[in-house]
Amino acid sequence: MGYRVKAEVMDAQSMDRALTRIAHEILEANKGATGIALAGIMTRGVDLADRLAERIERIEGTAVPVGSLDISFYRDDVAIRLSPEVHTTDIPFPVEEHTIVLVDDVLYTGRTIRAAMDALMDYGRPGSIKLAVLVDRGHRELPIRADFVGKNVPTARRERVKVLLAEHDDRDAVVILEDDGEGE
Amino acid sequence: MLSNRHIMTMDDLIADEVTLILDTAESLAEVNQRRIKKVPTLRGRTIVNLFFEPSTRTRTSFEIAAKRLSADGINFTASASATAKGETLRDTARTLAAMSCDLVVVRHKYAGAPQMLAEVMDCSVINGGDGIHQHPTQALLDLYTMRQSLGRLEGLRVGIVGDVCHSRVAGSLVPALRMMGATPVIIGPPTLMPARPDVLGAEVCYDLDEALPTLDVAYLLRVQFERAARMPFPSNREYAMLYGMNADRLAAMPSHAIVMHPGPMNRGVEISADVADSPRSVILGQVESGVAVRMAAMYLLLGGAESGAAA
Repeated sequence: MGYRVKAEVMDAQSMDRALTRIAHEILEANKGATGIALAGIMTRGVDLADRLAERIERIEGTAVPVGSLDISFYRDDVAIRLSPEVHTTDIPFPVEEHTIVLVDDVLYTGRTIRAAMDALMDYGRPGSIKLAVLVDRGHRELPIRADFVGKNVPTARRERVKVLLAEHDDRDAVVILEDDGEGE
Repeated sequence: MLSNRHIMTMDDLIADEVTLILDTAESLAEVNQRRIKKVPTLRGRTIVNLFFEPSTRTRTSFEIAAKRLSADGINFTASASATAKGETLRDTARTLAAMSCDLVVVRHKYAGAPQMLAEVMDCSVINGGDGIHQHPTQALLDLYTMRQSLGRLEGLRVGIVGDVCHSRVAGSLVPALRMMGATPVIIGPPTLMPARPDVLGAEVCYDLDEALPTLDVAYLLRVQFERAARMPFPSNREYAMLYGMNADRLAAMPSHAIVMHPGPMNRGVEISADVADSPRSVILGQVESGVAVRMAAMYLLLGGAESGAAA
């Protein structure tokens, strides 16, 4: 099945501004950078977490720890399908003492976030968990909402939202893809 | 996801799948370092360890792997089971199948027993060692250990030393190494070589000292006195002198080379105590890898299974 680009909803500049705003919002909500740790969800969430950490350090002058979470072993659909690639989880800070901000690229059904919270809990009892996403595309299947959102993008279920990052792709952008109707 | 639902022999896997298992094991190894050593991945699945031969490390390793993935593991040992009362393997398999388990790990003294089980059962089967045939998860954990220690598999020269003819470990490791682009060299006295060493596809060498300087790995096999029909060499001392790994022989190997052994060791026969305990020995690393690799095999066999191979 093929997909074609229907619309580009964020370009490099708007993504940059959104991330800077989220960094400010995180600092405002937490009243500073003390006790914050970021946990990016593999793979693009980790890159976004790195970018947020860099902005927080620039604004506040304090480095915040960044970890990466792979949720393959916590998914609720392991019996049906497997993650194509499994990465290693790395949480280099004690979760007990921190407000953990989960970072992901797209918030959709909420099932990934549920799995990420379970994964995080296996490392200890976090002080609190917050959620930052670059794009919220709606269609939640669980009672989960984001605390920090780059952009709300209304979508249809048949569409796909793809976050392109310079770390993996040729540029920074968010695009909506739709089925090109050509089938398999 | 693996193309085959069983792991009977190395022939059930292709190189890409071996790499997938090793990569997945690397991620799962992290779970074994945590305070809470458990992920919920295989919650509600039932894994039966069906062991018709004595085993401590393999059975324990599979059992721990199942528990760390939250599967329910059941141990079924021959001496404590109906087998002692005369039940056939086929009937034991059918009985277990009727209790609907998802995966059976089987060890048996006869080659081919896992295949027979798979024919009468509806679940996945992992061969935990069948006679002198194969022991594929051992080969996988050995590959994992080599990759961790030496950074690659391709191009490695691995000397498999000793009792090759009775070794199911060698039976799996030789094809596994070839599949991954490494060169297996089987080394031992003619009395412990298979009748046709050439069909294995490994280089054959009868002089350990000649091979040592070229090897990246010295993999010492346990002399399986219990399987040999009669003593295959005049004395343990003579064997140790000709084929045993010791400090002098270790010094003859390249400085990066490592020493491996599938366990349990006959100290003083195929390996001297100082080499077994030296920093160049990764024998305990092999045991540690075993849990992660078996977790990976279970995850990849049982995960995604309900949608079939199409997904």
